[in-house]
Amino acid sequence: MQKYSVFNLIKNAFSGHQNWEVAWKDPTPKKSYDVIIIGGGGHGLATAYYLAKEHNITNVAIIEKGWIGGGNVGRNTTIIRSNFMHDANGRFNEFSMDLWRNMSQELNFNVMFSPRGIINLAHSDAQMNAYARRGNSMRLNGIDAVLLNREEIKKIIPMADFSDDVRFPIFGGLMQPSAGTARHDAVAWGYARQADSMGVDIIQNCEVLGFDVVGGKIKGIRTSRGDIKAKKIGLCVAGSTSILAEKLNMTLPIETHLLQACVSEPVKPLLDHVVTFGAGHFYCSQSDKGEMVMGGDLDGYNSYAQRGNLPTLQHVLTEGIAMFPFLSKLKMLRTWGGIMDMSMDGSPIIDKTHIEGLYLNCGWCYGGFKSTPASGWTFAHTIAQDKVHKLNADYNLNRFSKGYLLDEKGLGTKTWIS
Amino acid sequence: MLYIKCPYCGTRAQTEFAYGGDATVKRPELNKEITDKEWDEFVYLRKSLRGKHLEFWHHISGCRQWFKVQRDTTTHEIFKTLKPHEEL
Repeated sequence: MQKYSVFNLIKNAFSGHQNWEVAWKDPTPKKSYDVIIIGGGGHGLATAYYLAKEHNITNVAIIEKGWIGGGNVGRNTTIIRSNFMHDANGRFNEFSMDLWRNMSQELNFNVMFSPRGIINLAHSDAQMNAYARRGNSMRLNGIDAVLLNREEIKKIIPMADFSDDVRFPIFGGLMQPSAGTARHDAVAWGYARQADSMGVDIIQNCEVLGFDVVGGKIKGIRTSRGDIKAKKIGLCVAGSTSILAEKLNMTLPIETHLLQACVSEPVKPLLDHVVTFGAGHFYCSQSDKGEMVMGGDLDGYNSYAQRGNLPTLQHVLTEGIAMFPFLSKLKMLRTWGGIMDMSMDGSPIIDKTHIEGLYLNCGWCYGGFKSTPASGWTFAHTIAQDKVHKLNADYNLNRFSKGYLLDEKGLGTKTWIS
Repeated sequence: MLYIKCPYCGTRAQTEFAYGGDATVKRPELNKEITDKEWDEFVYLRKSLRGKHLEFWHHISGCRQWFKVQRDTTTHEIFKTLKPHEEL
């Protein structure tokens, strides 16, 4: 594989950048593989990469219906954080943070990881108490957390609305200084390029039509480009999980919902952190191009549309303007939507299934991007060793029937409200 | 904006309504021995269909009645609305 470096950049400049190697090939599917990963998003590509790198399993195919990185890894608001209260979530996402910190070097691809810090604003005494508790839980798990009062917040984000006569005054907030953002497309491309170089077949424009299951064991898949056999198959398809589960006669504790995001026109640098509104659901950061990147609530009813509806966007931006009044002056540049695999307790599922050789990775709700490296790492381990790693042991499928929920926010089964 | 026909009030904008989820899920019968599996299916497991989906909506900023809507989860076309006791 051709290394991306300043020397190669200069060398290729002499030939007008016409002779760069392709970043990944476009192979024809083979008749059989050791492992097939369904879904060429961030999690699927990361899984294939770690299967090859950590477990030396390279006879692997990624099967993608559309094009790699065209789903949620290219549709999110790029926020990376590990500010969780529950031990299982904290441990898992802090492991993810460790992988993020070294990702650009490891993948030889600049993912522009920017640990700029995230601030969750609090708008009441009760919320400050809740954040103090969450911050303490984080610190017990070795995650950085700082509780800030109103004056400290004002120094960091003076453009927020600090007037006294507002409906949701800012009391303070909880900050995780090591949280941040990354260039989401580069994450997909970086993993794809490295996986390809180690022998993984990335097969795009290939839809999975069905599964071959014989005597409780997975044997292969039927696709729009022919039948492919495999010893092991991993499902990594986010919002499309229920569609494939139906083909396997499985019903899962997830529902697919639509989440929108949007960016404003670019403006000069003014926001150095990721900031979230605490009295509703709104989050905001500024991209390197200067756009304000914003998101918030789900559209609120089951949806596979990958395209949003205006009432929710209006509601979310109303919250944004309550927090940052200057946003009302900005024009909107783009809005888009992605479909989320909302689990019934808000936490993901990375587990084996009742079908031998079939593995499940889903339930990421709207927080899957930050977990991409840890999800790929633990899913690769689960597939390669045929057993869960201690990091994803609590993300099992049977926790619902057993009552061991990981309800980080305690929101219950109305997934569209969370 | 979705326009939803409340069976009691007529067609109104989506912003008057709250969503209530899958309407085909059946609560286990009262006063009977219920297995963990039955509870699991009722509380947590959802088909999450792509295509025609029967779901509850609540006219929360109107007559406050619950009712059923049959809607396509990809196009959001609404085919039919029913009172809660009515079947398709």
